[in-house]
Amino acid sequence: MRLLLTGNYAAAYAVRDAQPDVISAYPITPQTPIIEKLAEFIDSGELKAKFVRVESEHSAMAALIGAASVGARTYTATSSQGLLYMYEVVWWAAGARLPIVMGLVTRALGPPWNIWSDHADFYTVRDSGWTMLFASSAQEVYDLTLIAYCVAEHRDILLPALVAWDAFEISHTYEPVELVGDAAQLLPPKGAWTPPLAAEDPASLGNLAYPEEYAETRRIMAEAARKIPLVFAEAAGRFRELTGRDYSRGYECYRCEDAETVFIAMGSIYGEVRLAVDALRARGAPVGALKVWLYRPFPYRGVAEALEDKKTAIVLSRTASLGAMGPLAADVATALALNGHSLKLVEFSAGVGGVDVTMDDVLAMYKAALEKEAGTYFWRGR
Amino acid sequence: MRRGGDVSRSAGVDRILARPTVGAVFSGGWRAERPVVDASRCKLCGVCWLFCPDAAIGITEAGVVIDYNYCKGCGICARECPFKAITMVGER
Amino acid sequence: MAHRVFPREEYLLKGHVACPGCGAAIMLRHVLKALGPNTYLVIPACCTSVIAGPHPRSAFGVPVLHIAFAASAAAASGMVEALDKLGKPANVVVWAGDGGTVDIGLQALSGAAERGHNIIYICYDNEAYMNTGIQKSGSTPYGAWTTTTPSGNPGFKKDLPGIMVSHRVPYVATLSPAYPNDTFARLRKAASMRGGLKYLHALTPCPPGWRYDPSLTVEIARLAVETGMWVLYEVENGVFRLTGPSKALLDKSKRKPVTEYLKLQGRFRHLSSEDVERIQKMVDENWERIAEMLKESSEHSGKQG
Repeated sequence: MRLLLTGNYAAAYAVRDAQPDVISAYPITPQTPIIEKLAEFIDSGELKAKFVRVESEHSAMAALIGAASVGARTYTATSSQGLLYMYEVVWWAAGARLPIVMGLVTRALGPPWNIWSDHADFYTVRDSGWTMLFASSAQEVYDLTLIAYCVAEHRDILLPALVAWDAFEISHTYEPVELVGDAAQLLPPKGAWTPPLAAEDPASLGNLAYPEEYAETRRIMAEAARKIPLVFAEAAGRFRELTGRDYSRGYECYRCEDAETVFIAMGSIYGEVRLAVDALRARGAPVGALKVWLYRPFPYRGVAEALEDKKTAIVLSRTASLGAMGPLAADVATALALNGHSLKLVEFSAGVGGVDVTMDDVLAMYKAALEKEAGTYFWRGR
Repeated sequence: MRRGGDVSRSAGVDRILARPTVGAVFSGGWRAERPVVDASRCKLCGVCWLFCPDAAIGITEAGVVIDYNYCKGCGICARECPFKAITMVGER
Repeated sequence: MAHRVFPREEYLLKGHVACPGCGAAIMLRHVLKALGPNTYLVIPACCTSVIAGPHPRSAFGVPVLHIAFAASAAAASGMVEALDKLGKPANVVVWAGDGGTVDIGLQALSGAAERGHNIIYICYDNEAYMNTGIQKSGSTPYGAWTTTTPSGNPGFKKDLPGIMVSHRVPYVATLSPAYPNDTFARLRKAASMRGGLKYLHALTPCPPGWRYDPSLTVEIARLAVETGMWVLYEVENGVFRLTGPSKALLDKSKRKPVTEYLKLQGRFRHLSSEDVERIQKMVDENWERIAEMLKESSEHSGKQG
């Protein structure tokens, strides 16, 4: 079935199709349509879930930790300040090995107050152990949300997963979205993973642990995280069989094969990047574009392969890079270094705080990148 | 009392769970003095058993038994015993 | 024969890490005996986070979710809804210290109370941040020494049970480790109430924090009640009732003077006689308010009767 949906509604439909047991959320612009839609689904009976309408985002994640610890499938969504208010328990969820799924509508951080698109919030949790997926269209929001449950609840993983998408450009604009007919085919059966806590087999989750024991828990987490790319690829493979849409590599290349310069981006900006690539190709410029879906764990090997014989990588970071290369550029640099490649790496902080980035901006960035040295630059428009 | 099925075990989650354990620590080693029960005065009222913060006092019809592996020597039992049947004696 | 009246089973296992003479440990033993094994504990950062034993050894014979400091009521909210959805009803019980309840945990508790989740929230109140080394909390009483109020607390103890009563939860009660019969009655009543948040607040003396010999814990808990400084009461669906020995203490002559309680504790050693008078006055005024409230409600029900 195809419906005209915003990115936010696409998330709500994916959650409806995943049939969580408990959802919990606190309103924040621009996430609110997600939870409003979910409340409608519960009211209509399409979604049989308990909705814990908490008094803060910190409590939203805490409520899901409580719910997941006894075996519930769960969902929450937030943005920006809400994610940061929730931050402590976002890390707790990963350390507790709970397969919670979260939607993140990426929004700038105050001050000053800003409700528009920016990835600063997204990057704050990149070391937490959460699987992190970035969706660049409403269809991708829907698809990746279902795949997120497959990864999170996999017996080899049991780590939480989030799907992120841009505020307003994606969250509030409509596009046709193809729904999966029977998501139960795709997701693990409910109750397939053994919850940590059950009265019939008492155990304690989160005791004080001395250094040796604590380190061991982190080592085990790292081991599980190492398996995520494979599990993701496998789940994406089954998704492809069902729908024809293929996310399995964790990234997508567009016209990269014979390119000398590759743009790298996540989110709605990627649409403008593709238009720019086509325009540049029409003029004979050897360019391509790479879109990242699986941000954590980062597909170092795949991205390095895609960039192997290239001369320049232009990373579009939708956040200000303060005192360092931005996270996405740093990950690209790591991919290259780990695989013994090198090229000229130029990063533009573009679209910060929701500033519009158009095809013309990207064309200008191409020109600028050829002239500038490697490093990070704040894009102030043409 | 282990459940069947090991779906979560392969992710190592089992190893982040702590299990019910008598003697999480050897708290008997903390004592400076120990309670000694005078059975001739003990009426098996159970007050010592009820108020021991450590559940280190066992009580049967045969009498009161203190588990010195875990008794911390707090002295509440001696203080609360209505029959003054318990005295605190210094550890050697 | 206490062991014939109260359940034998232990769910707080010996060899736990509480200080010798810990009032909270006594309370917890009683609470778990009253509730039984079909009980999930949600424990925020507090003394019990350490009492519970180091991984991989748990001193609890029931399932426990340890959770971040501010989050216990929220975690319990999600847990109880999940258990209900999954068809696995059980007692879901928050066991939190005073800091995690009256200060950092208050927001989540207020939300959980307003939403009416079927949980039992128990605050064990040792009147300071004891786990971190005796710093003042919102529950520290007037005049008490703590490491952050070395000259004595200039402020006054927050009335959490009163705050919970104004949330109109179905049940609020105060507890003491010195009165296990009362404890069992309150817990059993709370556990039998379907729906809504049941709030219980226990005053649990702390030897290192209150500065007294560990053997005196039960005696000090008893004196708190006998002097009227700690009132045992319940508010069931809005109806206030004194419980246990507090029932007899409306008559001031039956209350021991507060000095009997204060003089046993090193944390009050520096109190001036003015301070003590002030404390006595506060206690007496509180009891006058209780008497007024009881008079009003009996007149009110008299009129209706």
